[in-house]
Amino acid sequence: MQAITAQFPLSFLLQTAPSRLVSLSGVDIAIIVVYFFAVIGIGFYLKRYTKTGEDFFLAGREMTAWVAGLSFLAANLGSLELMGWAASAYQYGILATHWYWIGAIPAMLFLGIVMIPFYYISKTHSVPGYLKLRYGEPARAFSAISFGFMTVLMSGINMYSMALVLKVVLGWDIHFSIWVSSITVAVYVGLGGLLSAIFNEVLQFVLIWLGALLISIIGLIEAGGWSGMVARIHHNFPAQDFTHLWRTMGSFSDNPMGIHWVGIVFGLGWVISFGYWTTDFLVVQRVIAAKDLRAAKLAPIIGSAFKMAVPFIVILPGLLGLALLPPGFLTGETQAIATGGHSYNEVLPIMLARYCGPGLLGLGITALIAGFMSGMAGNVSAFATVWTYDIYRALFRKQAPDAHYVSMGRWCTILGVLVSIGTAYFVMQFRSIMDYVQQLFSFFIAPLFGTVVLGMLWKRATPEGGFWGLLTGTFSSIGMWLWVYLDPTALRYIALSSQAKPMAENMFRALWAWIICVVVTVVVSMATRPKPEAELAGLVYGCTELPSEGHLALYQRPIFWAGVVAFVFVVLQVIFW
Amino acid sequence: MHRVGMISIWFFIGVLLLIYGVLILGAGVYDLSNPAAHPVVRSDLHAGIWWGILLIAMGVVYSLRFRPGRGK
Repeated sequence: MQAITAQFPLSFLLQTAPSRLVSLSGVDIAIIVVYFFAVIGIGFYLKRYTKTGEDFFLAGREMTAWVAGLSFLAANLGSLELMGWAASAYQYGILATHWYWIGAIPAMLFLGIVMIPFYYISKTHSVPGYLKLRYGEPARAFSAISFGFMTVLMSGINMYSMALVLKVVLGWDIHFSIWVSSITVAVYVGLGGLLSAIFNEVLQFVLIWLGALLISIIGLIEAGGWSGMVARIHHNFPAQDFTHLWRTMGSFSDNPMGIHWVGIVFGLGWVISFGYWTTDFLVVQRVIAAKDLRAAKLAPIIGSAFKMAVPFIVILPGLLGLALLPPGFLTGETQAIATGGHSYNEVLPIMLARYCGPGLLGLGITALIAGFMSGMAGNVSAFATVWTYDIYRALFRKQAPDAHYVSMGRWCTILGVLVSIGTAYFVMQFRSIMDYVQQLFSFFIAPLFGTVVLGMLWKRATPEGGFWGLLTGTFSSIGMWLWVYLDPTALRYIALSSQAKPMAENMFRALWAWIICVVVTVVVSMATRPKPEAELAGLVYGCTELPSEGHLALYQRPIFWAGVVAFVFVVLQVIFW
Repeated sequence: MHRVGMISIWFFIGVLLLIYGVLILGAGVYDLSNPAAHPVVRSDLHAGIWWGILLIAMGVVYSLRFRPGRGK
């Protein structure tokens, strides 16, 4: 959920870190260069297989469950997310794991079992495309324009963030990093479309794991295993509990994050998580590219299984930092700026440099670059699809040959990258915008979830209800943010506490926006005429004949594997309670 | 992917892991014979050597299992 929740003040990095953290050897640079050649080579190779719009925008709808599932997860697994949550783990302890478990797993399973059949059976090209089928053109246009705008903006911010991290970690020039990485992404996505993006995302997913895994393995060996690490953390920080997930959530003051279980369960676990994982086209696009309905249902379930394991390479390095680095070595931003020391935001590259010598360091840095590029390619390919199908074709040129739309998609990919580069330079001049845009992005997620889930599960929802619910939900969310921005005392109304942190404010604002969207949708729908049931076939529960899976063996059914993942999820909550 | 003639993504991954494995193993062996002046923490584990071997093994398996023309 990088776009919504990662709290990683990168502008801080420019104010500290007087010199680069690590130096690369020749073999490290060779590993990075090989990676760039590989991703571009894959793009050139796949160009011959992307001739139609279905190929370019939906990878021919031929992905296996494994490829779609890993790509689904990789598109989310940006390096900003890796570094940001490792830093959060150092700051808040194991509580940061909530963003990987309750903040992801239930929503991913819900997507696979409940929502994917409607996305897939309706044969939509996109989430805005589903809104067109279910609610009509106005809802699609509003959703597509807001998504396109925010996606390009986020892509630029990620690009700038990557360049900034490479400057701090490696001493690379920011302009060099921005142009080389963005041209690389533009080449391989422009050539092979979603097919190339997905192939490279699977490759990047493997590299992220192989590059980051060693930190946790060697760190655990050094710490004396899990129990040794926990004992060291308790010894270093006797006054705080960094190693329990739920035990300290009964009161705001009992845990280092200053959050209550109600906020985690309903704010994070319900609205924000379900909104992101089930309606953000960046991730949903990978799933609807699956080769059949069963593969599409399995893809998010496979992704959820790996998502549950991601804390091993993200949260654990942060915890190991708490256990193994001298207490006070990493500090908060203000103190680090004042003393010229290191902030907890640097914990992941510091742990990487601690354990990884020549070769392994190159692999670790490649993992970070791969993470950034997978996130950027995800944004760009989703933008190209929404722009071409939901804005250009819907509003400007309805009837054109398929080849024309493919050509538009390729140009749009290049245009999207160029706009992203412009955004990156814009952010460079006005760095505080980064903080606001991350919040702005969340404005569109929570109401969209209300609109989509009502559309799928409630056949009485009308086109007018859907449109006005989405519109009022979105603008009320922006209004709440503006209210608190102009009058900080309003925080006590929005977040129910004047002491709420930005993270809590985001969660409560999302919750209110979702409630407003749902209430408006229901009220307007009850006052307007519903669509005939015949027009809702394939779009709404109760009007759609879902294919039976009765002929499949138990282990072949998505619901079985969803149950397995859900069981492991519950066991993990108990183990780390 | 089931498209006729298309090379599997797992083959590309296998080749890349094989190249990386050779590079990392080579760097690990060199480091063993020429220890760094400021070694990393737990350099006694020689992580580069066994991680390089692991990557080579994975690379060989994936490259052979998904090589072009092998069919499904």
